[in-house]
Amino acid sequence: MSELVLAPGLEAAAENYLEHIGHADEFGAVDLALNLLDDGVPAETLLLGLIAPAQRRVGELWAADRWSVAREHGATAVSERVVAAIASRVRPEPVLGRVVVACTDGEYHALSTRLLTEVLRLRGWRVDFLGASVPGTHLITHLHQKGPDAVALSCTLPTRLPRAHATLTACQAVGIPVLAGGPGFGSDGRLARLLGADGWAPSADAAADHLQSGGLPSSPVAMDAMAHLADEEYTQLVRRRPAILTGAMDALAGAYPPMARYDDRQMESTAEDMAHIADFLAAALYVDDTAVFTDFVTWTCGVLRARGVPPGALVRGLRVFRDQLREFPRARHLLAEGIHSAHAAETDDADWENER
Amino acid sequence: MEAGRRLSASLNTRRCARTTAELAAAFLADVAMVVLPPTRRRAGWLRGTAGRTGLEEGEIDLAAAAEVPGLAEALAGFPPVPSRWLDSAQTPAWLLPGGFGPVGHLLVTPLPGNGVPAGALVLARREGSAPFDDKTETLVRVFAARAGAAISAAVLYQEQSATNAILTGDLLPPPLPELEGVRMAGALRASQQAGLIGGDFYDVYLPDADALRDEPGRRPLVTLGDVCGKGARAAVLAGQVRHSLRTLLLLEGRPERIVGLLNRSLLASPAKSPFVTMVLGAVHSAAGGHTRLELAIAGHPAPLVLRGDGTVEEITERGSLLGALRSIVPALVTVDLAPGDVCLFYSDGITEAFGGPTGREMYGTARLKADLATCAGMPVTALVERLEQLSTGWLAESAEQDDRALLAVQAVPSEARVPAGRGGER
Repeated sequence: MSELVLAPGLEAAAENYLEHIGHADEFGAVDLALNLLDDGVPAETLLLGLIAPAQRRVGELWAADRWSVAREHGATAVSERVVAAIASRVRPEPVLGRVVVACTDGEYHALSTRLLTEVLRLRGWRVDFLGASVPGTHLITHLHQKGPDAVALSCTLPTRLPRAHATLTACQAVGIPVLAGGPGFGSDGRLARLLGADGWAPSADAAADHLQSGGLPSSPVAMDAMAHLADEEYTQLVRRRPAILTGAMDALAGAYPPMARYDDRQMESTAEDMAHIADFLAAALYVDDTAVFTDFVTWTCGVLRARGVPPGALVRGLRVFRDQLREFPRARHLLAEGIHSAHAAETDDADWENER
Repeated sequence: MEAGRRLSASLNTRRCARTTAELAAAFLADVAMVVLPPTRRRAGWLRGTAGRTGLEEGEIDLAAAAEVPGLAEALAGFPPVPSRWLDSAQTPAWLLPGGFGPVGHLLVTPLPGNGVPAGALVLARREGSAPFDDKTETLVRVFAARAGAAISAAVLYQEQSATNAILTGDLLPPPLPELEGVRMAGALRASQQAGLIGGDFYDVYLPDADALRDEPGRRPLVTLGDVCGKGARAAVLAGQVRHSLRTLLLLEGRPERIVGLLNRSLLASPAKSPFVTMVLGAVHSAAGGHTRLELAIAGHPAPLVLRGDGTVEEITERGSLLGALRSIVPALVTVDLAPGDVCLFYSDGITEAFGGPTGREMYGTARLKADLATCAGMPVTALVERLEQLSTGWLAESAEQDDRALLAVQAVPSEARVPAGRGGER
């Protein structure tokens, strides 16, 4: 949901709102939102013009190391309460069809789907909100029971794309079209198209417009298999993930002697970082999309920079994988591109250092 | 073939009827209406019109259905009768969309189901268009057989799943009530994900007015427990345990006494291995906004306590499990929660989750404690969600999963504020 801009006239409220949620001040945040509602600000404007931008800001503040993870989670929890408060105030009769809203299995970024849910309700849809991390089997059972007109499937992290693809295909197999959304599908929705989604929307209101305009087919058309998976690089990487990671950790220790002095916690967080690289690599292989990997590298460099860590650490990890994955030409190409992006970020860093 | 694929895709009645009407309106007639098997003398219908996108939906009385010859019979589940040519003058207005104009030809075909009536298909063509010839009628009959099979399978499935929903409804985790002085949040993930139910449970019980009159000191009780086994069988026993607790609470309010009684009731239970581990706690409010939990721990992983400064304390006593031995000794522990402190109850599905970077490592209590420490200052809902998220992230895709339950009880913070700026690492 990246297209949102602050609704005019809400700038001052937005600052206050961020202040309230940043202090986990539930009552303050709820009062602020309900007062605006009483002042005649439409509920949809509050959801998409106040809460959604604030939530994006929260993510940025965490990435910039200005907010702790506890503060970020606290703020999100308060925003959930505010959405619930608005929803209990404004309850239009459903006059349109039924839509199921769900996060991909393993996805916990539920607030954006909650916002979508409420926007669809406000527009007159009957919505079943299945929440965070919905197992595929549970979703399919629900589809058989309720027979909705569409599924709105959210994927925030590209690492969940293979799972999102499985879910999407399963929904289509039971005859329900899927509207895809969330940054995981790419800011231009190219990955939603690649994976055969019946529609894609960049934001909650665009999703509502799409559904309302009858943009989805009543019965989805199954897509062909993705030819690039025939090289089995994705399959092998996922299957051999534990061995590859163990090998990578050993190689990293050889390439970076200070690791010998790491304590358990440091070793574990390094292992987690390496696992993260492997997972993004797997996702990029799955969708055969270089930007999925290089965007991850660039973003990670930004997060590291904010914490005073030079991109060198990340480059070391990428090199270890590149050297290790000799039989994976596609993966090696992605890693080379990733190293390139990290160097570009480093150059930016140097410029940034010089400016200071 | 396309029709077969589309018809067999869904197990939802409305969805199947919708596909039937869409296909029939596209290939067989100007208007196609599916009338579904009636319930309580009313029948739902869906109607598709050739050249129009979207369907109309409605409901009719059985009396109205009788106005169309052959329709009532088809709906009542009589064996398939030969389709009839109809006199279009007999057509009632509800059968056709507004502005359709005069009808030329009508055809009513029963939808034969798998031993269950699956409704009827009504086809109409405009005046002046070709009549339904023998060839078309045969095609319609073949199509109706396919559609009827799909719809009746869906009807059966819907009935089964409605029954299932009623039976499992009470086994789902309850909404947590508001308790004065504390905030609570829970999360439950069943290992058998399609079923949503399993052997882990949590619950909160408030003393009723009679109990309070007899014994004004009665306190609300919180519990989290784990029944041996997985899936529906474990869920049924978990439901019985929760129900037994509710009943026992009418007579007894002390956790240590209640677990003793519950143990006796489990030993008398016909279930094969009614082993249960649990923590049961009475929630007391204490001076200065503190909350005191009087816990009886019966063979269960002991709760963790998160203090306001981020330190995590572990209670080490576990007590004996229930449902195995005649005499049991629960561990009795008192936990004092200052404003903002959190007591976390969890099941071993959390700590014994296998996965992590190598896919083979156990999550373990040490990691849970370290992760809990990063949650200092969070609202309990966020805390529980974060821990569930970390645990799900840890689990290897391939690992065999156990049920996982979390319940956090927090003494209301003196002011609902976390310190500004950053605190704690990522």
